[in-house]
Amino acid sequence: PAARELTQNPLQKTWEPYDNGLPAGHSAQRGVCMTNCPTLIVMVGLPARGKTYISKKLTRYLNWIGVPTKEFNVGQYRRDLVKKYKSFEFFLPDNEEGLKIRKQCALAALNDVRKYLSEENGHVAVFDATNTTRERRETIYKFGEENGYKTFFVESVCVDPEVIAANIVQVKLGSPDYVDCSNDEATEDFMKRIECYKNSYETLDETLDKDLSYIKIMDVGRSYLVNRVMDHIQSRIVYYLMNIHVTPRSIYLCRHGESELNLKGRIGGDPGLSVRGKEFAKSLAQFINEQNIKDLKVWTSQMKRTIQTAEALGVPYEQWKVLNEIDAGVCEEMTYEEIQENYPLEFALRDQDKYRYRYPKGESYEDLVQRLEPVIMELERQENVLVICHQAVMRCLLAYFLDKPAEQLPYLKCPLHTVLKLTPVAYG
Amino acid sequence: AWASYMTNSPTLIVMIGLPARGKTYMSKKLTRYLNWIGVPTKVFNLGVYRREAVKSYKSYDFFRHDNKEAMEIRKRCALVALEDVKSYLLEECGQIAVRSSVLKTVLHQGSSKLPGAFRNLIWGWGLKVFFVESVCDDPEVIAANILEVKVSSPDYPERHRENVMDDFLKRIECYKVTYQPLDPDASDKDLSFIKVINVGQRFLVNRVQDYIQSKIVYYLMNIHVQPRTIYLCRHGESEYNLLGKIGGDSGLSPRGKQFSQALKKFIEEQEIVDLKVWTSQLKRTIQTAESLGVLYEQWKILNEIDAGVCEEMTYAEIEAKYPDEFAMRDQEKYLYRYPGGESYQDLVQRLEPVIMELERQGNVLVISHQAVMRCLLAYFLDKSADELPYLRCPLHTILKLTPVAYGCKVETITLNVEAVNTHRDKPSLNSHGLPSRQSPVRMRRNSFTPRASADTVKRPRHHSLGSKPLHLLGPLPSLE
Repeated sequence: PAARELTQNPLQKTWEPYDNGLPAGHSAQRGVCMTNCPTLIVMVGLPARGKTYISKKLTRYLNWIGVPTKEFNVGQYRRDLVKKYKSFEFFLPDNEEGLKIRKQCALAALNDVRKYLSEENGHVAVFDATNTTRERRETIYKFGEENGYKTFFVESVCVDPEVIAANIVQVKLGSPDYVDCSNDEATEDFMKRIECYKNSYETLDETLDKDLSYIKIMDVGRSYLVNRVMDHIQSRIVYYLMNIHVTPRSIYLCRHGESELNLKGRIGGDPGLSVRGKEFAKSLAQFINEQNIKDLKVWTSQMKRTIQTAEALGVPYEQWKVLNEIDAGVCEEMTYEEIQENYPLEFALRDQDKYRYRYPKGESYEDLVQRLEPVIMELERQENVLVICHQAVMRCLLAYFLDKPAEQLPYLKCPLHTVLKLTPVAYG
Repeated sequence: AWASYMTNSPTLIVMIGLPARGKTYMSKKLTRYLNWIGVPTKVFNLGVYRREAVKSYKSYDFFRHDNKEAMEIRKRCALVALEDVKSYLLEECGQIAVRSSVLKTVLHQGSSKLPGAFRNLIWGWGLKVFFVESVCDDPEVIAANILEVKVSSPDYPERHRENVMDDFLKRIECYKVTYQPLDPDASDKDLSFIKVINVGQRFLVNRVQDYIQSKIVYYLMNIHVQPRTIYLCRHGESEYNLLGKIGGDSGLSPRGKQFSQALKKFIEEQEIVDLKVWTSQLKRTIQTAESLGVLYEQWKILNEIDAGVCEEMTYAEIEAKYPDEFAMRDQEKYLYRYPGGESYQDLVQRLEPVIMELERQGNVLVISHQAVMRCLLAYFLDKSADELPYLRCPLHTILKLTPVAYGCKVETITLNVEAVNTHRDKPSLNSHGLPSRQSPVRMRRNSFTPRASADTVKRPRHHSLGSKPLHLLGPLPSLE
């Protein structure tokens, strides 16, 4: 049999085989994870150990790299069911009614997980609850097996009272559970809530749980125990979790100063700064000095305009080729009018699906995200960083930090001569 | 956060573990990976030093912990090795030294010279130290290791296999007496290390300090030792190949289509279990894969090197239109970046996720392109940046790679379908009258080198054609 014909997808410029004029199914685009079965991530740990923080962050990361992920917070289900939280007594191990409601919530959440993974094309579900007993974890594991999911546990273990106290202040005091309490009352109640779990807490054990796939995070990332990583996505999750930290810091994002081509309305190229662009660089230097940032790292792309901007700061900086602006292929250095005139079809396609649209012989926003992933990983590892980049690049980075979906990403506002200062707070 | 004097400090990786736990395997593989991604790394294997010092190995008695004379020799070897490490890291600009076959006991023998030496490393030389411990209690794995690599070791030139196994097992017993594994909960909680347990079933990671240690951990967590085969080949001959044009996105020529059919037959004959097939997103590799009639995955990052302004030109046209570029490329092919395009060095960075996933996978066939295949091959065969751009990867030829002992066995399979030759050898030096040390790349395109930030891998620093290099007169450029 002859090989099938290939047709090029006009939007993404990818080659797809077709049979009788219809796309055929034999080829797959390399997405991030080619898992055939969905993954269920199960958080484990006492309250105030950062489970929700990790769930939300992980979910944000996976969605950004293109893996449809959703988190399911059992506490939220409980709040929806039990309209008003009274006290820690709800969580006492011998509170029959409390136990009943909590089990009901867990099952409701699992049911939604099943809908998301098996019916709504989700790839990863993060099940955020304490899951501190082996029995509860077995129930969830069986649920995963029955539905054909791979289960991966993420346990957070922490005994440092300062860390726990800080967590409580950051995220528990403002919780809907404690809306009518003073800070002291809330803290006291929450500490008692933690005690309710402690007696029955069975940490993941090297021997008893040796056949499970998991990562155990100790002391907010001082050390990790990783067991039986099964596939690509679990390996990526482990790598990500091992690179994030909670040390307070700020990330500054901005574009290069106005360039000569910006003035002419042309995209791409490798021009230098305009007069106003150079002024911006000077102002940026002043701003950075005033901020008095400790150990600031400065990153630029390998295009002249970002490097010139950084040069004005008079500090060491690091050039990253992957921070270069999106490659507009045949449209490089054209104005939008010229593009519309010379490539009307391309122009229209881009407006239809700006995220996936790939310039002929160039890139798409989707390609950019893949290219920028090492930057995000290193940003997670670092502390105070200023990234001087480009419009499309900055949009991708911003979308990661602000959890913006693919549809919104290409339209995020990133004007010239504007600095965005990002500071992690609570869950965002 | 480490004190500022630790910035840009080189790293010493210390391998720990009983014999036959895969330390040398991991050292060599890790070193190969780090060198490939551009981090100068070298292995210092104590066994080699010991073999130099003690010309002929007699028996496991040498390793008994109460053999004072032998202990002296071993300590001296360790010191010599340390001196070499120091000179590599501090004088020869190496970034990472991997020190193999050092046992952890060495660190804690109070009266020995070595702990002092180690402390010197950490504080005096400004080195970061990262330990990689391999722990294994599965006797089958250990026996397999011994058979695979120890039986052919220089220590056992003519021995009978069983004697070797016997002697080696006794050697292990000698070490067991004093072996103290890393203890993250007590004595070693401040050290940075990864403990690899049972060949990667489980890992314990403690206090990763920086970017490079994080990458080392990620790498070690992705490699495995299951036997498997990797097949590398290019797309079938393309229309542009026939015209001598580089780059572009042309389809297969008739001979290229013939090759695809031959490839299909070859793959079927190999009877490979669970073969994954990967292509780039360029038409010619996809067309080649289509003939196989199996599922394949397209990776954009497997696309051929971007020749920028030279795309779709022939070499003759490039030489005519951009003679300086043409000359520069021949002078320094690895670093040379096409204007508006890429260099081999950029390619390597782009291909790193492919390598990582290849390490995770089992049997894979990668249908790619000439420059891409050279980069992948250089990784597997540990070829330097100088050799990489000249590796032979002809059309219609498959390279079958099988991991064996500490390296990779290569089998070249030509499928007897004619194709044009796309290989260009390095022209003789001084073709432009330049002294051999003086490269025009460095002269003309050297970007400024700002002081690098701490703890990050140095990125390539080239700028595209058409932009003048920036003139640095001082901290602030003049702003006319």
